[in-house]
This record gives sequence, C-alpha cells and structure tokens, in this order.
Amino acid sequence: MDRQPLLSVRDLEIRFRMRHGDLTAVNHVSFDLARGDRLGIVGESGAGKSVTGFGILNLVSKPGYIAGGRLLFEGRELTALPEEDLRQIRGNRISMIFQDPMMTLNPVLTVGTQMVETILAHRAVSRAEATAIALDRIRKVAIPSPQKRLQQYPHEFSGGMRQRIVIAIALLNSPALIIADEPTTALDVTIQADILALLLGLCQSEKMGLILITHDLAVVSQVAERIAVMYAGTIVEIGPTAQVAGNPQHPYTRGLLGALPQRVPRGGRLNQIPGMMPTLTRVPEGCPFSNRCTLCEEVCRRRVPPLEPKAAGCLAACHLLD
Amino acid sequence: MQGWRGFRKSYFVYSFLRDPMAIGSFLCLAILVMVSFGAPLIAPHDPYDSSTIDIMDSEMPPLWLDQSDARFLLGTDSQGRDMLSTMLYGMRVSILIGLGAVALQALMGIFVGLVAGYRGGRFDAFLMRLADVQLSFSTYMVAIFFGALFQAAFGMGRYEQLAVPLLVIIIGFAEWPQYARTVRASVLAEKKKEYVEAARVIGLSPSRIMWRHILPNTLTPVLVISTVQVANAIMSEAALSFIGLGMPVTRPSLGSLIKAGFDYIFSGSWWITLFPGVALVVLILSINLLGDWLRDFLNPKLYKA
Repeated sequence: MDRQPLLSVRDLEIRFRMRHGDLTAVNHVSFDLARGDRLGIVGESGAGKSVTGFGILNLVSKPGYIAGGRLLFEGRELTALPEEDLRQIRGNRISMIFQDPMMTLNPVLTVGTQMVETILAHRAVSRAEATAIALDRIRKVAIPSPQKRLQQYPHEFSGGMRQRIVIAIALLNSPALIIADEPTTALDVTIQADILALLLGLCQSEKMGLILITHDLAVVSQVAERIAVMYAGTIVEIGPTAQVAGNPQHPYTRGLLGALPQRVPRGGRLNQIPGMMPTLTRVPEGCPFSNRCTLCEEVCRRRVPPLEPKAAGCLAACHLLD
Repeated sequence: MQGWRGFRKSYFVYSFLRDPMAIGSFLCLAILVMVSFGAPLIAPHDPYDSSTIDIMDSEMPPLWLDQSDARFLLGTDSQGRDMLSTMLYGMRVSILIGLGAVALQALMGIFVGLVAGYRGGRFDAFLMRLADVQLSFSTYMVAIFFGALFQAAFGMGRYEQLAVPLLVIIIGFAEWPQYARTVRASVLAEKKKEYVEAARVIGLSPSRIMWRHILPNTLTPVLVISTVQVANAIMSEAALSFIGLGMPVTRPSLGSLIKAGFDYIFSGSWWITLFPGVALVVLILSINLLGDWLRDFLNPKLYKA
C-alpha cells in the first residue's frame, strides 16, 4: 500500500464573515487519515466539529469560507479544485451522513428515486443497473424486503430505518471516506447501538475511512481508532482511542472524562468543568481553554500552545504537559 | 389500477366527499367545463357560422316569454345569434384564456421565484424588485395599454384574429409576480432544510437540486393560488372585453357578450346580458369555492377532525 494518507488536513482555517468582522470557527486544524482508518472528532456544541466536516467537502455555506490550509484527498487538493470537480468527489469518493434522518431525505421523492439519482449523478450506468446497485446497498444495511422499500417514500420508514437508508445512500458509489455528523444523536439508545455496529461493520468490510463527528464519548470510543478532541475551533488533543480515553493529557479532555457518570462513585457529585465554552467572538488570548482551566498559568494567557507529542502516540496542545 | 384504488381510499377523496360545498362546486365546474368544451357537439347553433344567422331573429326573448321562438331556448342577441350556443362557445373562450394565462403566469413565476429564492443575494433582490414594479401596475392598466397599442399598430382585423393569444400573454404577463413571490417564499423555507444540504453533499448540480428537489416541495401553495388565479384571469378577460379591449363580438367571450347585451338592457332585452352574467358568476364562484376547499384541505392548521 502507498504511504500517502487518504486524507490529509493541514492548518485548515474556516471563517465566517460577520458584520463585526470575521469569526474563526475552525482554527489551524490538522490531522491525517489513512485508508480504512476511523477517526472520531468529539467536542461540545459550537466547537467547530460539523464545520470541519463540511470543510472537508469544501462545502461551507455562506457566510463561511475556507480561509486557509490544505485539504489533500487521494492526492488532490480540494481547496483548489473547481466546483465541477468537487461535485464529482462529493457523494462519490466522500459521502456524508447527517444527524437527523427525518430531515435528510426529500419527502416528495421515493427512496429508490433518490438512490438511483445519486448513482446516475456520478456513474455512467443504466437506470436498471443503478436500481440493482441500490438494491444491493439496501441489503447491506439489512433492511427487509428491499424491492418494496425502494418504492416507498421516506415517511413510510421509522427513524432507525431511515438512518439505514441514509447510510445506504452514502455507500452507493463505494466511497473511500464517510463523514458521519452525529449519525445517532436523533435516534433512541437501542437503535443507536445497531446503527453504530452497522456503520462499523461496513467500514471494516468495505475498507472505508470514517470520520465520526459526535459529542458522545461513549459512541466514539466504540467505533473510532483515533480520537480528536476539539475545543473552540482547535484540536486540543488527538491520539489513539485507548490513550485519549484511558490516559487523557489535556486538562479539557480530563475534564470531559471526569464528568462521565460511570467514572464517579455512586452517589458522588459529578465533576464538571467550570464555566462555558467561549463564544467565537470571545475566545481568550493564548490558550483558548485558559479561562476555564484549573491549572492555568501566566504562559497560558500569553501564548497559544502548539499541538505537540506528549504521551505515547498522543498530541496535545498544552504548555503545562511535559 | 393500484394507483386508482389508492386514490379512492386517500384522505383527499375522503375529505372531498364529506364537504357538500366542495362537491357542489366541483359538479358545477365540471358541468360548465364539459358543456363549454363540448359546445360544437351540444350547441343547437353555430354562432361562428354567419350563414345560419338571420338578423330577423334578433332580440328574441327566452322560451318562456311571449313572442319567443322554439328554436332559441334562451332567446337571441341583437344579431340574431342563439344565446345558449353563443354562451357555450363564449365560455369556452373564457376558460381557454383563463387557463392559458395562468399557465403562462405559472411558467414565468415559478422560474423566476425558484431561481431568485435559490440563488439569493443581489440576483434575488433584482428579480423581486422587478416583480414589485410589475405588481404596482394594475393588471387592467397593463392590459389596456398593450391591447390599445396592438389595436392601433396592427388594426382591428389583425387584432380580432390574434385576440386569444394576445389576451393570454397580456393577462399572463401582468400577474406572474404572484407566482414568483409565492414560490420564492417557499423556496427560502425549503432551501434551509437538510435534504437540500444532503443533495449538495451528494454532488448534485444546483439546477437539479432546484428543479427536482426543491420545486416539488413548493407546489402546495402554487396549487392553491392557481385556482384563484384562473378565476382572476377569467374575470380580467371579462372586464377587458366589457370595456372593448378583449374578445371581439364576432368571437365573443362571456365578457364581450355581457357588454354586447348591456347596450340593450334598457330597451327591455335583459336576457342578452343577464344569462352570460349568471354563467360568469357561477363559473368564478365554483372555481373560488373549490380553491377555498383545496386551501383548507392542504393547510394542516385548519385540519378538521
């Protein structure tokens, strides 16, 4: 296999043009993803996870724009590709799965129509061949009586079934990478586990890369091989799942894990991180976490800590770890 | 077959059958449309065939009055044409113009509204200001202006030949902003929904997203205003004909029949203007009532359990 990673994100910077100047939603984010690798991106609401996901597709909607950085996917620079070529990558080499399966399917088109359309947008095959591919993918996501289901409208499916359809649509053109943006948040817990197991199994059998965006640490540690923790638009810690979840380095990651109920003795008070994540207009100078960090020192308020190797295989952005 | 059975069982048919007003107006409309389009088969006389018209038959009263003639059920007009036949043919002209004008309005309006709403920005602002300008001219004003211009430029003879397409274009052009605004408003709401985002992520082209994904989701209000617009277009045509800028008397619509009869109303020949007038009112009323029912049916907030 080639040594080149499937996706290489370098110093990605995404800004939003607002009335009072630009807001930086994603600030110098870098990571690599090897072919068939699974990365989880975790963080609070507004940490820039979803924007990063859309950024990878070069599909940040206005007033947002990619202000800098590089996105190398299969040897092609996505930030420099013309719109026409980008469309050929979206839904074809990179697919995306959204949070709410109730909303992502068009209510007035049958599931079959939407699937066939996705195939025909990218491949020169006949309608019959496209239908055959759609049937195959529906079987892969374990939906009973696929033939009949293809002719039904989205409202005839339950939430879990719809998310399976969305996954089937993502699989249609055998992409090399799937970006799943909180794929289980809108589902109830029992179905969550099914969908995650399905997604994991498919990624392994089809050798697809996966970027799983979620705020749920339990979800991410089930599926991902590596975890990136985002805070206020930056990655504060990235490393193998076992490392990040078992031996977190950055004070923010520690705080997150400390707040999990299963880590606190029964009846004990849950730990919490004081304060709230700053809005993007008020990110403190220096380390973005400095105003909430219990360990904060003088240097933290002055300089932005670089993302550096700390513990085994782990990168963290903190001045105080060595 | 499956589709038909499904349709018969649908909530649409169920709610229609439970509303006597809807059934009544639908029946009225269906009968009017059928008799007017079947006019060549049903009508006892052909008002366009001048060889069958005898000026000696003019101003005959309806059958139930004195001095009537058994050949003319609803009497005759000032030129000796059978009122019933002329009305049937006239209604056909009115409905054709109404439908044609609305088709044109819908075509222009949907296109402009969809593109403006989806593209947004200055493009949107420009098109919508254009619509505002268009709306600030009343339909009648536009129609009178262009109708008079055409008559002056090409002469009455040519005008009479081209009256139908001309009226379709004039009325259609005057009212397209109604559609453009309605569609744009729906598009603005629809394009924020996730399925549009999903379609972009799939890599579909903007035109495909607009026409295939967003447009079908905006058609509900379009359907509702279409009924009202058909009624409006028929009214506009009648009004224009009444002031002499619509259909010529040789190929009368309901409006020009009313106008032709209006001159005789004080000489006692009231039927020439009354019957087309009643036909017009019934036609418009049944379209509007059906439109009201459709609007209520499609509006979940007015759902009657």
